[in-house]
Amino acid sequence: MATAARIDAPDNASPLQSSEAVVVRFAGDSGDGMQLTGGQFTLSSALAGNDFATFPDFPAEIRAPLGTLFGVSAFQINFGSTEIETAGDAPDVLVAMNPAALKTNVKDLKPGGLIIADSGEFTARNLAKAEYDANPLEDDSLGKWQLIQFNISQLTLDAVKPFGLGNKEALRCKNMWTLGLSLWMFDRDRQPIIDWLKDKFAKNPVLADANIAALNAGHAYGETAEIGQPGMVAIPQRHVSAAPVEPGLYRTITGADAVAYGLVAGCQLADVKMFFGGYPITPASSILHALSRLKEYGVMTFQAEDEIAAIASAIGASYAGQLGVTSSSGPGIALKTEAIGLAVMTELPLVIVNSQRGGPSTGLPTKTEQSDLYQAVYGRNGDTPLPVIAARSPSDAFDCAIEAVRIATQFMTPVILLTDGYIANAAEPWKVPDMSTYQPFPVTFLDHVPEGGFKPYGRDNKLARPWVKPGTPGLRHRIGGIEKQVDTGHINYSPENHQAMTDLRKNKVDGVADHIPDQDVCLGTTSGKLALVGWGSTFGPIHQAVRRARAKGMDVSHIHLRHIWPMPKNLGELLKSYDTVIVPEMNTGQLKTVLRDQYLVDAKPLNKVSGQPFRIAEIEAAIEEALG
Amino acid sequence: MNDMTPIKTTPKDWETDQEVRWCPGCGDYAILKAVQRTMPEIGGTPENTVFVSGIGCSSRFPYYMETYGFHTIHGRAPAVATGVKLANPDLDVWVISGDGDALSIGGNHTMHMLRRNLDCQFLLFNNEIYGLTKGQYSPTSREGTRSPSTPFGSVDHPTKPCAFALGAGARFVARAIDVSKQLVDVLKSAHAHRGTAFVEIFQNCIVYNADVFAGFTEKANRDHQLWLENGKPMLFAGDTKGIALDVASLSLKVVDVVDGNWEAAGVLVHDVTNCTVAHMLVEMPFGEFPMALGVLYDDPRPTFDSAVFEQNAAVTKGKLPNLQKLISTGQTWTVDA
Repeated sequence: MATAARIDAPDNASPLQSSEAVVVRFAGDSGDGMQLTGGQFTLSSALAGNDFATFPDFPAEIRAPLGTLFGVSAFQINFGSTEIETAGDAPDVLVAMNPAALKTNVKDLKPGGLIIADSGEFTARNLAKAEYDANPLEDDSLGKWQLIQFNISQLTLDAVKPFGLGNKEALRCKNMWTLGLSLWMFDRDRQPIIDWLKDKFAKNPVLADANIAALNAGHAYGETAEIGQPGMVAIPQRHVSAAPVEPGLYRTITGADAVAYGLVAGCQLADVKMFFGGYPITPASSILHALSRLKEYGVMTFQAEDEIAAIASAIGASYAGQLGVTSSSGPGIALKTEAIGLAVMTELPLVIVNSQRGGPSTGLPTKTEQSDLYQAVYGRNGDTPLPVIAARSPSDAFDCAIEAVRIATQFMTPVILLTDGYIANAAEPWKVPDMSTYQPFPVTFLDHVPEGGFKPYGRDNKLARPWVKPGTPGLRHRIGGIEKQVDTGHINYSPENHQAMTDLRKNKVDGVADHIPDQDVCLGTTSGKLALVGWGSTFGPIHQAVRRARAKGMDVSHIHLRHIWPMPKNLGELLKSYDTVIVPEMNTGQLKTVLRDQYLVDAKPLNKVSGQPFRIAEIEAAIEEALG
Repeated sequence: MNDMTPIKTTPKDWETDQEVRWCPGCGDYAILKAVQRTMPEIGGTPENTVFVSGIGCSSRFPYYMETYGFHTIHGRAPAVATGVKLANPDLDVWVISGDGDALSIGGNHTMHMLRRNLDCQFLLFNNEIYGLTKGQYSPTSREGTRSPSTPFGSVDHPTKPCAFALGAGARFVARAIDVSKQLVDVLKSAHAHRGTAFVEIFQNCIVYNADVFAGFTEKANRDHQLWLENGKPMLFAGDTKGIALDVASLSLKVVDVVDGNWEAAGVLVHDVTNCTVAHMLVEMPFGEFPMALGVLYDDPRPTFDSAVFEQNAAVTKGKLPNLQKLISTGQTWTVDA
């Protein structure tokens, strides 16, 4: 439904067309401010009460050469009056700020969709850069879409003329002109954006005024064009009603912020301070940025000299009695791998966040992928088990981060939390939770010699060893990466001891399954013909595809895993209750392989490794094929 | 939790019940004894002391100290120690490393720990060889070192640990010999310094690189040791020679001292805060010059940990944590019932 834009019958009394959901993509040069435009349009959607999901898609280059195909930056938003779970398959509206943006994005536009193009940028030089032989605005190559073109560049220059900006600075206001027009198209209030501009340019009121003038001019253009000014193109206007949602306080949240807040919340519930060791990497740096501003919450952040030092310092902090946390993306996690093994061996709590990106190697730093599942579950030397959990959406990342802290501190183990570039960057509405409803799980530091003597590698009923803060009298001990003797923690190379310790480490992590919820079926029934089993950010498209298929009467259910390792205890039985299991993943079949290994189920893969999220239609097609 | 009242200890209080497993005759034994003798003298408290090491022969050290200890992974001890100190600044942190651990696989971390000036003692056991992996040449091995991996002699130029430390911004640089009686005094000075105190200890690997430092450590060669003391002239060889500045070439030179009249010979007086001279001392080519030992440089500046805590205190002043409020800010809106 998210992408099924429905235009009401023309006999509707309102002059506005009404839509359930609309997908708009803003595309321009990476210097055109498309991410900003999208972000502010998202805010206006939130304030209008729409449900929404967004997908920023930007190049890896910070300032790619102007006008080039690889320098195109885009921001897609799907907003509607119904539940929205993906950023939408195909846009209904494409705003193209230059030929390169048109060329790289128009193929995704729905047939009959609307193109709004800045004709002022369709110069011979820009057309050549975008590898167009002829101006597409002037031939019939865009015939299957509606095309509206006007010289946004010139209109912006005219609008900001009174402010005496240089040509370059004046043209920077183009994105606000475009946003103004978009706000008019979707019947939105300009005031919140005006307030934001005043705040953003508080130190430079001229720029604030110029941007506001551009915003107003874009809005006015829509209005005046509508009443049929000569030489102006009428622009269709649509209204998207507020989505019916639970009452309460809402905010927009990105996955990166949700992880940061969730970690803070988790540490409060665990009653420990947090030490965050990080090293800049796309798309994970925003977690470091967010936490760096939260020092009053007992958060210490440390930008280390490299990924290894980032995790090693976090392990040092865990040893010293705080919860060590580190965060990175695939290549950085690879560098941290040896240290993760040390945390497993020394049985210290640690949270490792992996905002996955396209791999292998440097891969696609700004694109999304789910290809680090093997790395998380298996990717270490030795038999080195650790719990792995995965967030399904930006807002789900909050609860997942809390869960990661809970497991790490309760079981004295490193935990990997998987998100991805899509979750990290995408924004969605989030009903702000009431923190008083969360159950605390305070840690206990051992601070005295227990009866029977102190055993650094003694175990509680969850097989967790005691956490002792250095500085505690009577509990001095030494730990390290060499195999530990059962109970005493002394160095021990004996065969029986290594077998016993390997078993203990495995049993401890396996035992986490006794302390996590049973796997639920998030849509559908607990048995039947077909189950789609997903994890991570494929939640949205899988859920919508299953919903649509069920609406057509198909017997299909959606199961979405949060706990990747260990898996919920009922999962094997649950999977066996369906005739067919399909596992859609943005990799070549990693969860599928783990499920087959764990449960001997004939799980079938549905894979996409293009750096782009699944489209709902792709998953729907797979459902139809399986049940056809 | 941390009672900082100094307690009286003896060297024995700092020994663990673990059997020490270095090769018989290894220089590490002497260093271990010196550290265990140092701790009571500095008024150390075993439970407030943490030894952090990397990997290598030297890095077994924490198992033998009756303190808290962390034997980490190869090269990463400085990073682990940074986390320990930032999480609990009351702890007295000692990092134990070797030439391969600190300058090869962990060179990056060593550099950054020194640059940041984390408050800790960094003891680099330099034996110019990889011992635990059975004798490959190390980043401090001299050119031409024959080893299993360089059967025809190494061709690459070694690094000088103290020059590396000064280059990285170290504010305390000292040198000692594993068996030298001065080692305890050097360790005490290192401990008294606030910030990263870098101590290079020449350690004799009797199995893979025996006597590589004999040129100045042997009894017969003690005239080649220049023990530096702050405020004292740089004299050696029974005060018959000294180090002076050759003004024309802006370099150091060895001068003869006649009848103890070092001033007449232009012998320099050691000033531990003089970074320029410290650079020159660590670069003196051995042979033509003696080996400079003792505290070469000691000029404290604010430590990384103190700067971090000061900033954190300043930016959080008057701010009360309110998680509910935090998650309720930003782009918010209310949906009415």
